Amino acid sequence: MTVVQDTAAGFQSAALTGGRSLRQIIWARLRRDRVAMICLVVLVLFYLIGIFGPIVGGMVGIDPYKFDSASISDNAGKPVLDWGGISAAHPLGVEWGTGRDIMAQLLFGLRISLVIATSATLITVAIGTVVGIIAGYSGGWTDSIIGRFMDLVLAFPFLLIVLALSGVLTQRLTQLGVPEGNPSRILYLILVLSVFGWPYLARIVRGQVLSLREREFVESAVAMGSSKRRILFTEILPNLWAPILVYATLTLPAYIGTEAALSFLGVGVLPPETTFGAMLATSVTYFNVVPTYLFIPGTALVILVVSFNLLGDSLRDALDPKAIH
Amino acid sequence: MFAYLVRRVLLMLMLLFLLSVSVFLLFAILPGDPARLTCGKACTPAIIESNRHRLGLDEPPLTQYVKFVSGIFVGRTFSADSPQPIKCDAPCLGYSFNRQEQVMSLIARSAPVTFFLAIGAFVIWIVVGLALGIFAALNRGRWGDRLIMGISLIGYSMPSFFLGLLLVFFVIIKWQFLPFPAYVAPWENPFQFFQTMLLPWILLATLYAAFYIRLTRNQVLEVLSDDYVRTARAKGLPERTVVVKHALRAGLTPIVTAAGLDLAGLLGGAIISENIFSLPGLGALAISSIIDSDLPLITGITILTAAIIIFANLVVDLLYAVVDPRVRVI
Repeated sequence: MTVVQDTAAGFQSAALTGGRSLRQIIWARLRRDRVAMICLVVLVLFYLIGIFGPIVGGMVGIDPYKFDSASISDNAGKPVLDWGGISAAHPLGVEWGTGRDIMAQLLFGLRISLVIATSATLITVAIGTVVGIIAGYSGGWTDSIIGRFMDLVLAFPFLLIVLALSGVLTQRLTQLGVPEGNPSRILYLILVLSVFGWPYLARIVRGQVLSLREREFVESAVAMGSSKRRILFTEILPNLWAPILVYATLTLPAYIGTEAALSFLGVGVLPPETTFGAMLATSVTYFNVVPTYLFIPGTALVILVVSFNLLGDSLRDALDPKAIH
Repeated sequence: MFAYLVRRVLLMLMLLFLLSVSVFLLFAILPGDPARLTCGKACTPAIIESNRHRLGLDEPPLTQYVKFVSGIFVGRTFSADSPQPIKCDAPCLGYSFNRQEQVMSLIARSAPVTFFLAIGAFVIWIVVGLALGIFAALNRGRWGDRLIMGISLIGYSMPSFFLGLLLVFFVIIKWQFLPFPAYVAPWENPFQFFQTMLLPWILLATLYAAFYIRLTRNQVLEVLSDDYVRTARAKGLPERTVVVKHALRAGLTPIVTAAGLDLAGLLGGAIISENIFSLPGLGALAISSIIDSDLPLITGITILTAAIIIFANLVVDLLYAVVDPRVRVI
């Protein structure tokens, strides 16, 4: 036992005498990357807005649920002012027919979009990592069965299945005690994104584990008689954080886009709640007259997704041992 | 190679079997009683029951599944004991009671639209993706590379339906370069066909090309730093030969794999593009079958789509094994 601890300490001190730990090196690389830092700031802002925006919005008096009949005309509910009714009271305009504030909807919609994409990413990472580690370490039959099961999941036409089952499964969730309506619909989105998303990560993790399990520190753990659970989650798992982190950073924006697409096709949340995708879906009816309905949520969506993708790219470069810096 | 081929084909058949069973089980929980859809307003409980029996929907799911599968190979006849049996020739994917038509002929009518959509987009995105990807790799770090990578990042991050709506807004509504899409077959009116398909092609090609530019660039860069490329250069081969014959050929395998799978995915129906441009393809058929709770049609389309993907996986794997013999061991 002490021998191993000594070796581990030896490795650590070697890393330290070499200068910095891996984490420090990566952070230093990232900090030098101006694009990555800008994206990080933008994303932190998005999250802060997602968390506190509705509260602040409530204090300054924008409310996504409040109808403003003065801002829309009696004729078919078209906003009175140009550009979708942009004014001091409604900086991004008002919704057709109800006069609800677009900016407030954007703030509240961002929160739901982020909740869905972030939770789905966390679940995907959890399932993908555990399954990938088990498949990669066990090998043999376990690996084959898990591999074929992943093939099966990946062969399902995702959009078709999700659209076809949304009604029934949302009802099932309600029967299981999830509050009816949007909570069930949001949970459904989180679940389907995770259920169809994990195999990609599991494949990456499995590949990494295949090479890790041949390394000396795993061999020594086996020789010491460590339990399998300990080897998997205490010895191997800490070596996987880099690829998992990169994958998560690139999965989150993909999920934001998919959630928006599903909302666009009518699976997402129902009014008065909204998300970027739902706002874009509503815009289809009116955007030949009021183009801002299309541009405002669309631009917000693209900025969010681009920031995540850029950060993910930078992170991958920073974590790449082959990269020249 | 032969053993590898047999193993892969067996694996594919097993996957197809598992997949069709799971689709059946998944859709067994759907509401929308297919028997209820057979008689419209004239329905009475008695008629529904007799139709249910006629169409074999009162049988246990396992029997229904066996009949479905045998229908694919030898065809089947619905309501055989009634005066008007419905004959469904092999390959029979079921019968839509809602539309009073065989699932296979419904699919056959929509498939060409999706096929033209997918192939057209595929050609554009491969040409653009490879050309720009190679260009970016050869000019790494210069402004051309940065510009291409920047554009491809935005294309890659752009949600498909948002880009589609932007195209509709600017090209059709605001600038009126093109009329609103109305699909016709290319042999009926080639001009209108191209007018209709142009934007959907651009939409899909942009989304995919963005990914292929990045993939090609990474591949070429990786291969260009290999020793044998240095050797090729050292022995004085012209740069063009080095890039095309040595680097590109070696770097092409992952691109071929991705291209095969992406094309297969599209052939199963491009739901969002078809939706935005009102193309009557497989994706649109699938959506309307879901709206109508047309169970046999949903099941048929889902299984067909998944089968295309599984088959493409097989083809890609086999091609891979032909190109790279090391793969066969796995």
